[in-house]
Amino acid sequence: MSAAGPSRTVEARRVVVVGYGMAGARLAEEIRDRDPDGVRVALTVVGAEPHPAYNRVLLSNVLAGGVDVDAVRLHEPDWGHRSGVDLRIGTAAVRVDRAARVVELADGQALPYDALVLATGSVPRLPPVPGLFGPDGGLSDGVAVFRDLDDCLRILAAARPGAPVAVLGGGLLGLEAARGLVGRGNLVTVVHPLGHPMERQLDPGAGRVLADALGRTGVEFRFGRSARGYTPGVGLELDDGTAVPAELLVVATGVRPEAGLARACGLAVEQGIVVDDALRTTDPRIHALGDCAQHRGTVNGLVQPAWEQATVLAALLTGADPGIRYRGTPVVTRLKARGIDLTSLGEVHVEPDEPGVEVLRVEDPTRGRYAKIVLRDNLVVGAVLLGVPDAAATVTQLFDQGMPAPDDRLALLLGRALVTGPTGSTAPADLPGTTLVCRCNTVRKEQLVTAWNTGARAVGALALATRATTGCGTCLDVVTAIADWLATRKPAPDLAS
Amino acid sequence: MSGRVDAVTSTETHCPYCALQCGMVVDGDRHNARVRPRAFPASGGGLCQKGWTAAAVLTTPGRLTTPWVRARADAGQEPAGWDDALDFAAGRLAAIRAEHGPGAIGVLGGGGLTNEKVYLLGKLARVALRTPHIDYNGRFCMSAAAAATIRAFGADRGLPFPLTDLASADAVLLVGANVAVTMPPFVQHLRRAVDAGGLVVVDPRRSATTQQAGLHLRPRPGTDLALASGLLHIAVAEGYLDETYVRERTSGFDQAWRIAARWWPERVERVTGVAAADQRLAVRLLAQAANAYVLTARGTEQHSNGTAMVSAWINLALALGLPGTPGSGYGTITGQGNGQGGREHGQKADQLPGYRKVDDPAGRRHVAEVWGIPEPELPGKGRSAYEILDAAGRPGGIRALLVFGTNPVVSAPGAGRITERLAALDLLVVADFVGSETAALADVVLPVTQWAEETGTMTNLEGRVLLRQRAVDPPDGVRGDLDVISGLAVRLGQAPGDYPTDAEAAFAELGRASAGGPADYSGISHQRLRAGESLYWPCPAPGHPGTPRMFLDGFLHPDRRARFAAVDHREPAEVPGARFPLWATTGRLLQHYQTGTQTRRIAELDDAEPEVFVEVHPDTAARFGLADDTLATVTSARGSTSARVRFVPSMRLDTVFLPFHFPGAQRANLITNPALDPTSHIPGFKACAVRLDPVREVAR
Repeated sequence: MSAAGPSRTVEARRVVVVGYGMAGARLAEEIRDRDPDGVRVALTVVGAEPHPAYNRVLLSNVLAGGVDVDAVRLHEPDWGHRSGVDLRIGTAAVRVDRAARVVELADGQALPYDALVLATGSVPRLPPVPGLFGPDGGLSDGVAVFRDLDDCLRILAAARPGAPVAVLGGGLLGLEAARGLVGRGNLVTVVHPLGHPMERQLDPGAGRVLADALGRTGVEFRFGRSARGYTPGVGLELDDGTAVPAELLVVATGVRPEAGLARACGLAVEQGIVVDDALRTTDPRIHALGDCAQHRGTVNGLVQPAWEQATVLAALLTGADPGIRYRGTPVVTRLKARGIDLTSLGEVHVEPDEPGVEVLRVEDPTRGRYAKIVLRDNLVVGAVLLGVPDAAATVTQLFDQGMPAPDDRLALLLGRALVTGPTGSTAPADLPGTTLVCRCNTVRKEQLVTAWNTGARAVGALALATRATTGCGTCLDVVTAIADWLATRKPAPDLAS
Repeated sequence: MSGRVDAVTSTETHCPYCALQCGMVVDGDRHNARVRPRAFPASGGGLCQKGWTAAAVLTTPGRLTTPWVRARADAGQEPAGWDDALDFAAGRLAAIRAEHGPGAIGVLGGGGLTNEKVYLLGKLARVALRTPHIDYNGRFCMSAAAAATIRAFGADRGLPFPLTDLASADAVLLVGANVAVTMPPFVQHLRRAVDAGGLVVVDPRRSATTQQAGLHLRPRPGTDLALASGLLHIAVAEGYLDETYVRERTSGFDQAWRIAARWWPERVERVTGVAAADQRLAVRLLAQAANAYVLTARGTEQHSNGTAMVSAWINLALALGLPGTPGSGYGTITGQGNGQGGREHGQKADQLPGYRKVDDPAGRRHVAEVWGIPEPELPGKGRSAYEILDAAGRPGGIRALLVFGTNPVVSAPGAGRITERLAALDLLVVADFVGSETAALADVVLPVTQWAEETGTMTNLEGRVLLRQRAVDPPDGVRGDLDVISGLAVRLGQAPGDYPTDAEAAFAELGRASAGGPADYSGISHQRLRAGESLYWPCPAPGHPGTPRMFLDGFLHPDRRARFAAVDHREPAEVPGARFPLWATTGRLLQHYQTGTQTRRIAELDDAEPEVFVEVHPDTAARFGLADDTLATVTSARGSTSARVRFVPSMRLDTVFLPFHFPGAQRANLITNPALDPTSHIPGFKACAVRLDPVREVAR
C-alpha cells in the first residue's frame, strides 16, 4: 500500500462554499460525486436564504404558472445530512479573514477553511428612479425585482389577474416576466430605453419581430423611453411625460456580481471576482464561480457556465483531476416564454458587407419568424433564430461542436435536410420501374408489372406472385393503385416499366 | 411464386428469426419445403422477406452434417464420429476442470435457442460442469431493458400486454426502434397511431419507421437520457403529471423529479439537438391520447448506461400513468426469436429458471430441489457474456468455452480482440448448424438441428409461449441440442434421466423448476399449446388461463408499487475528439438477422444486401475525401472495418451508421466500444467515436 493507503490517515481538507444557489449547490454535488464518503473533502456550505437550494431557471415557469414552488427545489430539506455536507442556511457570510483562513458568519460562528469558494451570485442593478425606494431605503410598495424565489412569490401575490403591471427593462428576464404575467391575465407594459428588446442578443431586425410576436400575446412596449418617476398605486411616469399605470412594477434592469466579501478581503475585483482558468482568485486558497466570478474578462449570468465551472472546480478540489482547467463556455441564450422560440448565440451584430463573413437571413415577420446565421470559414459563429425551432436546435449543435455547416444553406436555415424524393408526379404510370414499392419483401414496381403481364391480374394475385403487401401491409394502397393503372392502361406492355 | 405447393405434409409453426415469431406453415419435406404465412395475432398474417425465404435455410449449402474435431492445437479440424467428438469434448472439459477448477469453464447460449435448450444448458453448466459462468448473447441485446424493468416493475416481460393492444393506441412513443425494418409485420399494430399523427419515433437516423411517424426526434447518439428527462420535465411543467397514479401506484417520484427538474427543454435541446418545441409536442401527443404506449428497443438500450436510459423512459411512462393501465403501457421490444424465454430459464449469469435471481435463497432451494442437489452446491453469480469472452485464455480466467447458438466473433463489441481471446482458449466447443465464424475457430464443432427440424417452445416478445413443432426431417448426421447437452452431461457423470432429450419432457421439468418464480410456466404444457391455447406467463397451474396483461392490479414489488429511478444523463464512455471526430452507431437491415449466419447464405437476401456499408451525409463524406459507392475504412480506437459509402442526405453531419450483420473485415463490431453498463453489463454498441478514410478500390 502506498502512503495514501489505509495505513496512514490523511485528514480531509476543509472546503467552505459560500453561497447555496445553483452554482454552490452544483459544486457540492460534484464534490460528493467524486468523494462520496468525505475522505478527501470535509464540506461546509453556507446559504443566506432560508430555503434549500432551488432552480432559479424555473422561476419564469413559476411566474407563468405550471411549476409550483415546491417543484423548483434542487434538494430535499435533508440533503445536507444525507450527503455528508455541513449545510448552514439562513445565515450569511460576513467576513473573510485570509490570514487566519476563517470565514465569519452573521450568526457569530467562524468556519476555518483550507480552501474557500465564493459562489455568491449576483444582485439586481436598480436604476435611480425617483419614488422607487421608500424612506427606509428599501423598495417602495408595489415594486419588486425578479431575482430570487421570494421575489417571485412577491410578484405572484401582487399581480392580481386583470391588474396593470409595468416591467422596467426589456432584457431576457424582463421579457420572461412580462410573458408570464400576460399569461396570468395581467395587462403588461414593458418600458425599455433602447429601440428594441434584448439588444445585446438581438440585431434590430430580430428585435422588431420579437416585439411583434410578444405584442400578439398582449405585451405592450414603450421603446426608447426611460422612467422619470414612480408613484405607488399609480404607476410610472416616462421621460416623454406619458404615464404607464401599474399596480405592480417589476424592475428587471440587469444584475451585477455580488463581490462584497471578496472586495472587503482584498481580492482583485473588476466587474466580478477575477479568477484564472483554475477558478482561483488572487488568493490561491480562494476560488470563485458562477455569476460572481469574472473569467477571462467575462461575467456570465447563466447557469450553464456555472455548472461547467462547478465540474472543473470539484475535480480540482478533490484532486480527482489536478490538470483540469476551465476555458470558457460558448454562450447560447434562450428566451423562456410560452409560444415564442428564440435562440441567440455568438456574433449576432454582424452585417453581410463585413469582409470574411457569410450572413444568411430569412424574415417572415407576419408569422413571427426571423433567422440570421453568421458563418466564418464555413463555421457558425453567430445566429439569431426566432420561430424556427428546428433550425435553432441544429445550428446550436453546429456552434457547440465546431462542425462545418452543411453546403445546403437552405437546409441550414430550415433546420433539416429537404428530403428529396422522386420529384414530379408519383402517379403509378410515372414511377420509375426500380421504385421500391414493398420494403418488407424488396419488391420493385417492375416486378409487379412483370407479374401482371404473366397473369397476376389483381392485388391478391400480385401479392401471391411477388409477396408485396404481405409484410407490414403499408404498401397496399400503392400496389392497389398500380393494379388499377395496369388494368386501365393502353396495351403496350413493353413500355410499362 | 409461392402458389400452392403439392404438400406432403403441412405443419403450423413460427418463423425461425425474430421475436415477433410470425405464424407460418411449412409445406413439403426437407428438400422442397416452402413456407407460407398463416393467421396469428402478433404477425397478423404477415411475413417479411426473411420469413418468406426461411425454408431455404433448411437446404443451406454450408450445412454441417458431421462433427469436426481439432485434436491438437496445431492441427486442422477433421471430421469425427459423434461418440468420438463428445468423448473428446467431455474428456477435455473434465481435465480442464480438474486442473483449473470448475470456474475455468464458460458456457455461452443464445436468444434463438428454445426454452427447453436454454433450461438444460443452464443445468448442464451449474450441475454437470459446476461453473457459475453461463451467460448468453441476449446480454448484448436487451439486458439493460430487463434490468430496468425489473427495477421498476418487479418483473421483466418485454411487452406485459398482447401486441394487438397497440392497435387501439392513439399515440405510441418508439424509442430506438426501427420496426418497419427489423420486424415489419409489427407495423400493422401501429396503424391507428400513424393515422392519428401520434407515432413519435426517437432515432438519430431517418429510417423506414421514422418516415411513418408524425414526429421524429433525432437526438445526438448517447443523449437519450437527457431527452427522456426533458420530456418528464415538460410533463410536469405543462400539467400532464398523472398525480393520482403517481401517488397511489408508484414510489420515488420526488427523487426522479429533482433530476428532471434540471433538464428544462432548452437545456435538453442544447445537449441532444432535439428542438424544445418538438419535445413539447411529443409530450402533448402522449399525454392527450386516450391510449398511449412508450416502447423502447436496442437504440436506447445498447449503451454503457443503458439501464439508466431505459429507466428514464420508464419514468416518463410512469409520470403519464401508462404502465399497468388498461389500453396503455410501457414495453421493450424484444429482438431475438426467443430473447424473452432465453432470459428467463437459467442461461443468464445472475439467474435461475423461472426468472429467479441466482442469489434469492428461496429460489435457490426450490431449483436445487428440482435438480436433486444440495443448495450450497448451486453456483452463485457468474461472469456476464462479454466478461466471459474477455477472460478467455487468461490466467485465472476461462480455459474452456461451450458456445450454443451464438456467434461472438461477429456479435461481440471490439470483435477483433474477442477473436484473439477465443484463439487463446484450451478448448472451444461450438454447437451450430452452419459453419459460423466462431465455429471456424473451434476445437470441437457439433452439428445440430435447427428450427423446423425439431420441436420446442419459444416465448415471443409479448411473453406468449409458442410451440414450434418439427415440420421436416433433419439431415443425416445431425443431432438436437438436447442430445448434445445430454451426451456431454452423461459423459460428465450425470444420470441420463436428468437430461431429457425429448422436448416435451424437458419442458415439463422446466415448468417444475419455474414454479413459484416470476416467469412461472408450471401450468403450461406442450399438450395445451398443441391444442391451440394462447398462454402468456405467468401461468402457475394446469387450469390457469395465463396472464395476457400484467400489472393491472399492481406491480410485483412487495408494496405493489412501480418505482421511479433517480437517473441522470452522462456522456457516453467515449466521445468524438480530434482523432476520431464522428459518432458511429450500428444497427440492422431488413434482409439479415443477427450475425447473418443464416441470412447471408440465402441468395435472395444476400443479393439484396450483399455487403456492409456506411451511411454518411454527403458533406461529411466530402470532408473525409469520400465519394458515394466507394470503399472507406471506418476506424475507432479499437480497430477498423471497411465499408461501402452510402450518401444519405438525412444523416446528421456528426454521425455515421453501419449494419452489423457482416463477417471478417466487414464486421461493424471491430470498431464498437466494449464499455459495459454497470448494472446490466450491456455493451455500448450505439455510440462510439470514429474517423473515415478512403480506401483505394481493389475489386468489388
